[in-house]
Amino acid sequence: MSAATVAPGVPGRRAVRVGPVSAVWRPRAVLVPAVLAVVALLLAAVDVGRGDYPIGVLDVLRIVLGGGGQADRFVVVELRLPRALTALLVGAALGMSGAILQSVARNPLASPDLLGITAGASVGAVALIVLGGGVLGGALALVGLPLAALLGGLLTATAMYLLAWRRGVDGFRLVLVGIALAALLTSSTSYLLIVADITQAAQATVWLTGSLNGRGWEHVVPVLLAVGGSALLALTGGATLSALRLGEDSARALGVRLQAGQAALLAIAVLLASVAVAAAGPLAFVALIAPQVALRLVRSAGPPVFAGGLVGAVLVVGGDVVARTVLPVELPVGIVTAAVGAPYLLSLLARRTRRLDA
Amino acid sequence: MTALADGARAGRLVARDLTLGYGDRVVVEHLDLDVVDRGITAVIGPNGCGKSTLLRALGRLLRPQGGEVLLDGRRIDRLPTREVARTLGMLPQTPVAPEGLTVADLVARGRHPHQAWFRQWSRDDEAVVAEAMTWTGVLDLADRPVDALSGGQRQRAWIAMALAQGTDLLLLDEPTTHLDLAHAVDVLDLVDQLHHDRGRTVVMVLHDLSLAARYADHLVAMRDGRIVAQGPPREVITPELLSEVFGLSAAVLPDPVSDGVLVVPIGTRHSRWAATPSGGAP
Repeated sequence: MSAATVAPGVPGRRAVRVGPVSAVWRPRAVLVPAVLAVVALLLAAVDVGRGDYPIGVLDVLRIVLGGGGQADRFVVVELRLPRALTALLVGAALGMSGAILQSVARNPLASPDLLGITAGASVGAVALIVLGGGVLGGALALVGLPLAALLGGLLTATAMYLLAWRRGVDGFRLVLVGIALAALLTSSTSYLLIVADITQAAQATVWLTGSLNGRGWEHVVPVLLAVGGSALLALTGGATLSALRLGEDSARALGVRLQAGQAALLAIAVLLASVAVAAAGPLAFVALIAPQVALRLVRSAGPPVFAGGLVGAVLVVGGDVVARTVLPVELPVGIVTAAVGAPYLLSLLARRTRRLDA
Repeated sequence: MTALADGARAGRLVARDLTLGYGDRVVVEHLDLDVVDRGITAVIGPNGCGKSTLLRALGRLLRPQGGEVLLDGRRIDRLPTREVARTLGMLPQTPVAPEGLTVADLVARGRHPHQAWFRQWSRDDEAVVAEAMTWTGVLDLADRPVDALSGGQRQRAWIAMALAQGTDLLLLDEPTTHLDLAHAVDVLDLVDQLHHDRGRTVVMVLHDLSLAARYADHLVAMRDGRIVAQGPPREVITPELLSEVFGLSAAVLPDPVSDGVLVVPIGTRHSRWAATPSGGAP
């Protein structure tokens, strides 16, 4: 850090080395996620405590760790914890998905919502709700909805990749193609809602707003698997992501297998977004904002994947707390995230335009 | 590989019957090139002649439509790209660093082909990066964001990254673009040292003919996707060749400060030479 540093050192890149493992010590990249994780867990505890039978934050924590009476345990673990966990994991999945997409496209506007991936997943899920003949329950909801959403998301991403591919993925092209696809898919969803019968249309509409209401353990498991698996892959693919942020030519010159790397990262991002959409509906703007907030907190070059996931978790759980407490009527969380996200998108666009003008 | 080296003095980087293009548009046709080992080769030619395309193919950024590029006797597109990245470095034209990336972090990315996901900053990495930064004079800028640097500093930082890659061969696509003359000379001196002190093989695309003649020991002149002439600068740079390749009417003078030559364009109105059609050195 000072003049006493042993030569030959590189300023700003202090090493952490344990055996064959080595990394650069970046305090912010460790401290910021740690603080975010604590905030997310506390918010989740507040969220669990909310309801007709309020429970204090400390009691919630005690019960989750194994204490409390049987009635309290039932309320917390069986009824309310799945909802809070779904919120945490869905937020994390969206935040990570956005961070990966924004890094691959080298464009802060690239997020599963704006690229149409969320819309594609929505079409898949709504089609299942509407065309499934009203038998949505049990096994169909458990396995069918995530699968239909994933299928919709993957098909959309594949179409987008093929349409935007021109000797590589150009970020700007990707966003434009994505916006067109999103419009097309949103109108397909509208069509499905029009032809659906009224109860199914109502069910689909609530789902489309993005809601955490009545989420059980069956919603937690798929997102948990996706987030856990993707986190591992993101850990091993972190260096590739860093190289990709230098641009396609530089990344290839550094020995990155460009097509395979981009395709794998896009697939992970699509998987995360689709599973999140299947669990809680298309929560607007979380995947767009979370990586950019994380970027500013960590001060990294490019949206950080882990911190982005944690900011996403904070946003969704926090949004749920707000949706359930601040207003007299309980709102779907998607309305809160949209209310925060839309102004943010406008400010982002305004700043981009100004920079282009300068 | 030793068997090949004994052969017809095949260089480490060779293009054979190369045809390059984008879609239906063919840019380079049936081109052969032996890159001179441990030399500085400069590729010159008018805009659109295919010189950058050739460099991209040599650096396996562009897949040939026909023919092949051989690195140490093996087809470059069949070698694992990571393995190639440990032998051959390439600096694309005007690369852009992500906002906020520091110089030290940029240079450290050069170690990518030598790293694994759990080994991101080994002692070797640190030593090589520190050396590359010292060498290019960017160590004092380590904490500065790349996007806040001047053009000359930025180019030195990118060259430091390519150096940190630790490759024997280095391809540079117009390393002096957007630089004023002083910084262009600065960057080329660096390239010259690389070659002279470290025996690196360098291939670069250059626009400035006098600088190309000064710094390269082998010139490749291209036009319409073909090599028109190649060899030592003094032999390649002639008024006739400049006229043929660039459609430029110019005088070629001995360089007063080196063994090279100077290209002095004649232009239409300002020159006393305008009357003599072929120009030529006095």
